[in-house]
Amino acid sequence: MTLRPRASIARTERRFRFGTAALPYLLIFPTLLFVTVFTLWPSLRVVYDSLFLQNQAAQTPQFAGAQNYTALFDDPAFRQVIVNTFVYVVVTVPLSVLLALVLALLLNQKIRALGLYRLAFFYPAILPMVSAATIWLFMYTPGYGLINVFVEFFHMPSQNWLGDPNLALIALMILGIWKQTGYFMIFYLAGLQGLPHDIFEAASLDGASTVQATRHLTLPLLMGTTLFVTTIAVVNAFETVDQIYIMTGGGPNNATAMLLFDLWQTLFSFLDVGKASAISVILIVVLLVFTVTNFIYTERRATYE
Amino acid sequence: MNETIKPGRSWRPSRFKPQSILNTLGLLVLAIIAIGWAIPMLWAFAVSVHPPDEPLSAANLWFGSHPTLANYAQAFEIAPFVQYYINTMIIVVGILSVQLVTISLAGYAFARFNFRGQNLLFFLILLQLMVPSSALIVPNYSTIRQLHLFDTLLAVMLPFFGSAFGTFLMRQTFKTIPRDLDDAAKMDGANWLQTLWNVYLPPARPAMIAFALSSISFHWNDFLWPLVVTNSQNSRPLTVGLAVFTQLGEIGAQWPLVTAGTVIVVGPLLLLFLIFQRQFIESFLHSGLK
Repeated sequence: MTLRPRASIARTERRFRFGTAALPYLLIFPTLLFVTVFTLWPSLRVVYDSLFLQNQAAQTPQFAGAQNYTALFDDPAFRQVIVNTFVYVVVTVPLSVLLALVLALLLNQKIRALGLYRLAFFYPAILPMVSAATIWLFMYTPGYGLINVFVEFFHMPSQNWLGDPNLALIALMILGIWKQTGYFMIFYLAGLQGLPHDIFEAASLDGASTVQATRHLTLPLLMGTTLFVTTIAVVNAFETVDQIYIMTGGGPNNATAMLLFDLWQTLFSFLDVGKASAISVILIVVLLVFTVTNFIYTERRATYE
Repeated sequence: MNETIKPGRSWRPSRFKPQSILNTLGLLVLAIIAIGWAIPMLWAFAVSVHPPDEPLSAANLWFGSHPTLANYAQAFEIAPFVQYYINTMIIVVGILSVQLVTISLAGYAFARFNFRGQNLLFFLILLQLMVPSSALIVPNYSTIRQLHLFDTLLAVMLPFFGSAFGTFLMRQTFKTIPRDLDDAAKMDGANWLQTLWNVYLPPARPAMIAFALSSISFHWNDFLWPLVVTNSQNSRPLTVGLAVFTQLGEIGAQWPLVTAGTVIVVGPLLLLFLIFQRQFIESFLHSGLK
């Protein structure tokens, strides 16, 4: 090592310190730039734009206060969209989470062809929703669609599933459950495999039956998984749009229009920027509570893992 | 072989408990549901090789009299599926490559530097996790228009170049790496980039792979955003391409053709999944967030 004059050391240190001071900002700059341009700024902009009338009739934006919002909630079609969305969420989320849990419990034992079962339940999760929806469009075909073949097998009348306002939303729900249950199931399977064995041995020594052990040990221990899976399910359900576009176009009679589809339609079919922005704000606000829960859970999992 | 594990006399006495009836019943239910789950895809496969000149009917619903690949040939003729595949791959690889760079840099900064505004900046980036990108299509579409990027591959990719989830994941991973290693590298005269490359990135590989698989599967399947910003086969990914294909007037309800198109889109994906099933499932588990 050669000794350097004191001044030179000081200079190097100063330069080094200056470098380190600016460096972290440079490192986060690209991420911050993209997040600002495509998330932060647009989030503010939808709120701002939602306060203006801007559509075919009003080409230059006019300040309108809450008018876009009141117009939306006064519109029976939009109220129907809200109802459809909530019905879809409230039905599909519990059903698919519950079914996922049941399937995971059934698969969590020594059975033959386990891999085959897992494959059968999980493969829909990796298909693009557009492809899954195309397949189910075919499944629901009036006449020879397999769903109708199945229904007729049980001597029930064949239905025009996607053409009947009372059935179309149910048809979409069935697709939704089919598509995502396997995805939730693997979280439960992983959760089950992580359960402590000794507790169950102790319970079994104390004479607890499988049903009792499941109810009083397995289910409470899987609460974390249930919370996690449920928030993902809710967020996904609120963002339902691909299958509506492919299968029903929101019809018949608005029976399957949901928030995100309505947002798309308001922007691109009705060219109403103000109203579309208001719908965006509504969607963001509704989802916020779930995305925040999901985030907190992810952080906790990442921290303690 | 099956005979030996049947609930027979010589087998375990525990098999006689009511639980074993429950188990058998459970297995039966499981098998029925599994078949029900598999049928849509199996049917789509079967119909995709159904001869085009034989109409589908309740009596002739599966392969038809002589399975054929004619539907596939016709599907490739009608729609530029090869181009769609190339587009999807460019989009997916393009997004991921940029993301891996941006999240490594930002994750490193947040894990190992102390700087003014650190918490605020981290929070601002994390807001991306709380505002779904699909709810921002209105302003983002107009941004893409203003940048004159409409109907380009870059338009499909651009909003996703920064990833809050990836940044968060890398920060968590980098934090587990002992600071001593970092200091030792600096003593050896390594600059920050060499340190990041040699000390931080190698142990972060599993996290990066998990992130990569979740990013790929999300953008491979994404539909709404590319639908909004593309308008020609030069930039359309597979998902939008399939939607356009099935809605072509000339195709109508020619299901053998439509299912062939669907299989063209999902076939390679399913094949990859069959080969790498375990890795797929593990990556889904690790990423959690889509």
